[in-house]
Amino acid sequence: MNFVNRDIVSIKDFTKEELEHIFKTAEKMEKDGYDDTLLRTKKIGLLFYEPSTRTRMSFDAAAHALGAETIWFAGVEGTSVMKGESLKDTIETVANYVDLIVMRHPFDGSARWAADITTNRTKRGHKKVPIINGGDGKNEHPTQTMLDLYSIRKTQGRIDGLEVAMVGDLKYGRTVHSLSYALSMYGCKLMYVAPDSLQIPEHVETFLKRNHVQFAKHSKIEDIISSADVIYMTRIQKERFPDENEYNKVKGIFKINRTLLSRAKLTARLMHPLPRVDEISVDADDDPRAYYFEQAGNGVPIRAALLSLIMGVIE
Amino acid sequence: MGVTRISKGTKNGLIVRPIKDGTVIDHIPPGKGIKIAEMLNLFRQDSVIIIGQNLESTKYGRKDIIKVENRFLRSDEYNKISLIAPNATINIIKDYTIQEKKRVTIPDVLEDVAVCINANCISNKEPVPSRLYAVSRDPLALVCHYCNFECKEDLIRLKT
Repeated sequence: MNFVNRDIVSIKDFTKEELEHIFKTAEKMEKDGYDDTLLRTKKIGLLFYEPSTRTRMSFDAAAHALGAETIWFAGVEGTSVMKGESLKDTIETVANYVDLIVMRHPFDGSARWAADITTNRTKRGHKKVPIINGGDGKNEHPTQTMLDLYSIRKTQGRIDGLEVAMVGDLKYGRTVHSLSYALSMYGCKLMYVAPDSLQIPEHVETFLKRNHVQFAKHSKIEDIISSADVIYMTRIQKERFPDENEYNKVKGIFKINRTLLSRAKLTARLMHPLPRVDEISVDADDDPRAYYFEQAGNGVPIRAALLSLIMGVIE
Repeated sequence: MGVTRISKGTKNGLIVRPIKDGTVIDHIPPGKGIKIAEMLNLFRQDSVIIIGQNLESTKYGRKDIIKVENRFLRSDEYNKISLIAPNATINIIKDYTIQEKKRVTIPDVLEDVAVCINANCISNKEPVPSRLYAVSRDPLALVCHYCNFECKEDLIRLKT
């Protein structure tokens, strides 16, 4: 199993065994504490073309906990992207300054392109600068999926064979696409709750069918609330709608409050990649099944484990 | 340029005169001959072009055929033809005789041949070489290297 200088572009690039190794590494770091000498000589570039709180800050926190320096931009204001610089030119430039790049970008496939660019640089005698996808358009967000899986494993004691419900914006929500791909390896039963206009896209459905994954589509949370082991809520993402009228038709359509959550199994956990708008009421936050803030916290050990494995400072 | 369209009553296309040097693209699905000719920019050159439509075919029932004089195909053009006419055969003609007969095959990887149909894909937003993988040949389905978007047969767009 070799993680050194590996790009993290899609969750589909990882086997179940590799994911388990990442989880065990994260678990050990959480238990033993972070060694702030591990990445002392390393510089991590955080290139965030789109807004982010958790992904950027947890990568920053993980890097600092391991002794690395971070250099970053958050939003393209103040960068040469505003002057029309291409992604290629930005990556070619930043790759001279850092050992690893974490990037969030609005276009689908931008992370794979960035990874190709830094791989091509090696043909010109440069060292490989690995790319970690922090979200590319509506495509994928693999490290979110890793922390989601880690959260499921931590709270349920396993991932295999669970019933996982995903609720909300399943069309534009990249986290549910990546999570679906990953859960296909664990024999989980997937339940998709969304209005028809926001149901899981055809290409994800095709993937699930090809991989013989058991899944069903629902239109109400009530259909799944009592049987699900994990309820994964998502925000209806206004910024991804091509038309505001379409957004207005579906905003606020699914809401979970304390009363509805009380119908779930006591062992079930309510998760959310966050930020939330109004799909989970604040009154649900203190319910023992509510796990979204702890889930966000799991971003640090997962990302610290990834940085260490990719930089080759641990095996 | 000369275009001859033959609808019925042909005997293996022999109604059309043979060409001295050039290329014959045979076993094109009926109705796709013009599309391939346009894709290869055959109408923009001075050579003789003969396009037969709806000819009888023992293998496929009906077929289109293209004969073009003094024009030989590049490998990327073979790949493009394979996406429109997966069963096409290409005959290279020298001095009225078939010098080489090739079947087109859809390659596993298509570099700069077709475009990703996802409008938000980086390959449609910035100058990025297109790269698609053939994940199914019948029915044809291509997946984008960058954004994983899958494009099926009728929606496939060739790079111009």
